[in-house]
Amino acid sequence: MKLRVYLTFDESTVREPLIWKLGKEFNVVTNIRTAEVKNHMGLVGLEIDGESDVVEAATAWLADQGVKVAPIEQDVIEG
Amino acid sequence: MNIVRALKCRECGQEYDIQPTHVCEFCFGPLEVVYDYEKLDGYFTRELIESRPQTMWRYKELLPIEGEPSVGAQNGFTPLVRAKNLEKALGVSELYIKNDSVCYPTLSFKDRVVSVALSKAVEFGFKTVACASTGNLAGSVAANAAAAGLESYVFIPHDLEQGKVLGAGIFGTRIIGIKGKYDDVNRLCSEVAGKYGWAFVNVNVRPFYAEGSKSLGYEMMEQLGWKAPKHVVVPMASGSLCTKVHKSIKEFIKLGLIEDNGTAVYGAQATGCSPIAKSVKDGTDLIHPVIADTVAKSLAIGNPADGFYANRVINETGGWAEDVSDQEVIDAMKLLAETEGIFAETAGGVTLGCAKKMIESGKLPRDESIVLCITGNGLKTQEAVLDAINKPRIIDASLKDFDALAEADGFQAAA
Repeated sequence: MKLRVYLTFDESTVREPLIWKLGKEFNVVTNIRTAEVKNHMGLVGLEIDGESDVVEAATAWLADQGVKVAPIEQDVIEG
Repeated sequence: MNIVRALKCRECGQEYDIQPTHVCEFCFGPLEVVYDYEKLDGYFTRELIESRPQTMWRYKELLPIEGEPSVGAQNGFTPLVRAKNLEKALGVSELYIKNDSVCYPTLSFKDRVVSVALSKAVEFGFKTVACASTGNLAGSVAANAAAAGLESYVFIPHDLEQGKVLGAGIFGTRIIGIKGKYDDVNRLCSEVAGKYGWAFVNVNVRPFYAEGSKSLGYEMMEQLGWKAPKHVVVPMASGSLCTKVHKSIKEFIKLGLIEDNGTAVYGAQATGCSPIAKSVKDGTDLIHPVIADTVAKSLAIGNPADGFYANRVINETGGWAEDVSDQEVIDAMKLLAETEGIFAETAGGVTLGCAKKMIESGKLPRDESIVLCITGNGLKTQEAVLDAINKPRIIDASLKDFDALAEADGFQAAA
């Protein structure tokens, strides 16, 4: 599956090479589409390609590292 | 006349044919409907618009459908109320309420966006429509889908209050309650939208859905006598309404329907979920996602998709953004009800509460025209004000008992 997500890094995670680590830890192909770092915050639009369960484990790992993982639609639930 | 040109990425400018898709394949930027406005030269006049029925579709050339709407043909054209009593209470000279608390058929401005989304979904050949919502959107999708003969799915958090489930369930929609944290529910909905061949109104047909908000702005300008206000205050959840009201004003100027009044756009949020207002106040354009905790549930979007663009509109137009506490929301709901007889939902309390705060701080001038956008009906969020209203004084069925009460209130019998 190909999962498209926005990753939000805060000050504690922004200097960590987490996308590189992700590729080492899991058998996924990562493809950065957009990236920005400013005002104490980093934002990356990332495509993660791999087996469904591996992609899920990879995103769970990112969340464990303190990265906010959100669908590229961001909040889908509306009032 | 159809003037829709394409879907265009707001970030990189890549254009796409009209299709049910919402993000740029290159940069993941959101897609927006763009138009060839010059095709309307000499055709789309005030007279033409005024000759049409009073619905949101009198501006149909500027909405992204082909021909006539197949869903929600009666929607829109809500009142613009001159709020004389509220003017006195706030100490301002010219104040209006754009009152979408009476929008047809489900009493919120979501009927505008949903009718465009579903009309477009029918054009695309979808038979099933869906949304993820905790309130107004769910009711609107369910009702408009029912009226249009479409199948619908509504996704909600599993522990949503019964009243809100009822507001969608009565229309016979398929309601799916999802267990898990808010982020998990969000992610599942995004995945469902990607996997099933449905029109998910705020996912794969979002570019069309969002355009429906412009009709609120068009009506506001026509009802003001074909002019834009100097200031317009908009509640912000995803931030989409803020950007679309601004787009509607720019379009009317471009088409020569109004003069440029230098309208400033202001955003309103509840303090418990104010990522866009915070970004404006902090002077940054990056939106830090938050976990929402506010009585204004219909604005509780912690990671707003259009936050960046709303921020930009506010800054570019010289507006501002404000946030208010839950108590200020309730106080403002009461103020609006007691001065103008309009019972708005909590989001309306946010809008008025923020406007009041910005008037007091001088961000909103007292001597220029201001429009407040009220987007939903208070009957849907009664629990918020349950403890804030006067309780009935109980008496026996005795005239003597009532006379005593009336006297205490300062009233005397007529004769």
